[in-house]
Amino acid sequence: MSKTWPLWEVFVRARNGLSHKHVGSVHAADARMAIEAARDTYTRRMEGVSLWVVRSAEIVASDPGEAAALFEPAADKVYRHPTFYTIPENVKNI
Amino acid sequence: MRDAVSDYALRLGDDSLILGQRLSEWCGHAPMLEVDLSLANIGLDLLGQATHFLGLAGEGKGVDADRLAFHRDVLDFRNCLLVEQPNGDFAQTLARQFLFSNWQELLFRDLTRSRNETISAIAAKAVKEVAYHARFANEWMVRLGDGTEESRARATAGLEWMWRFADELFDVDETVEPLVTAGVAADARALRAEWDARIAATLAAATLEMPRPRRGARGGRAGHHSEHLGHLLSEMQFLPRAYPDARW
Repeated sequence: MSKTWPLWEVFVRARNGLSHKHVGSVHAADARMAIEAARDTYTRRMEGVSLWVVRSAEIVASDPGEAAALFEPAADKVYRHPTFYTIPENVKNI
Repeated sequence: MRDAVSDYALRLGDDSLILGQRLSEWCGHAPMLEVDLSLANIGLDLLGQATHFLGLAGEGKGVDADRLAFHRDVLDFRNCLLVEQPNGDFAQTLARQFLFSNWQELLFRDLTRSRNETISAIAAKAVKEVAYHARFANEWMVRLGDGTEESRARATAGLEWMWRFADELFDVDETVEPLVTAGVAADARALRAEWDARIAATLAAATLEMPRPRRGARGGRAGHHSEHLGHLLSEMQFLPRAYPDARW
């Protein structure tokens, strides 16, 4: 058996209404196997109600070398945070 | 009737127990970490079913599931011969799972309508687990059969090994017949055509031939087992027999 099964990133939706969250990765030869491996590896303790898997090679990542240009300019833009509003106590999940 | 239900539950429980133990033998040895987890998960599902069925089998007799699992000798086991067959290679293990899970899914689907409430409740929970086992095994048969020359040869050899143990799954003997009439047990004979169709469909997708018919091996339900079961039990039962008071 080939030792070179491609890697797949696994995303789990914990409950309806929440978004899928990255939880890890699995090796699998095809998409169905990836879903099954993800199911057996990451949802056996009732962690989720839905799964996404995507070939890791398909993920486009930002270049760490560009991190300064991409992210540091946001550091001093405090006015972009909506912190000047008071949120009523009964409003959850904000 | 009470004794017949107990015997029937023993058969169902022993099928799941022995196959669960077989699958656990793969733990740490499967070809990939992910597959290792999948086989262990399936084994644990089966162990859970066994706990419920053996609990029912021992009800009113003062024995619990552990007692039945760990303190019974080989002649008293009532599992079908298929589940005790050795793992062999990965393809042989999957061939066994393929034949068994497709049968067990149909069986449990019918048992959800059992007039015995405990049996129908266990079946209702287990049928979802087993539907996944069947899906997993069917897909692997296709991958192996329609894979490389080597995987195809192994899948063919695995099926050849297991095929003669399939007929026994569809037997209804004098113990079960009255339970079928009473609506407690499933009529396994009636599952054959649907099972054949499912097996044929997957094998066609896997580009594998149906194995040639041959004389079916039988005897598990009467306690006439192959040599393999004794070895399995000696490993499974060693700890509770050597240390009967152990707690964990």
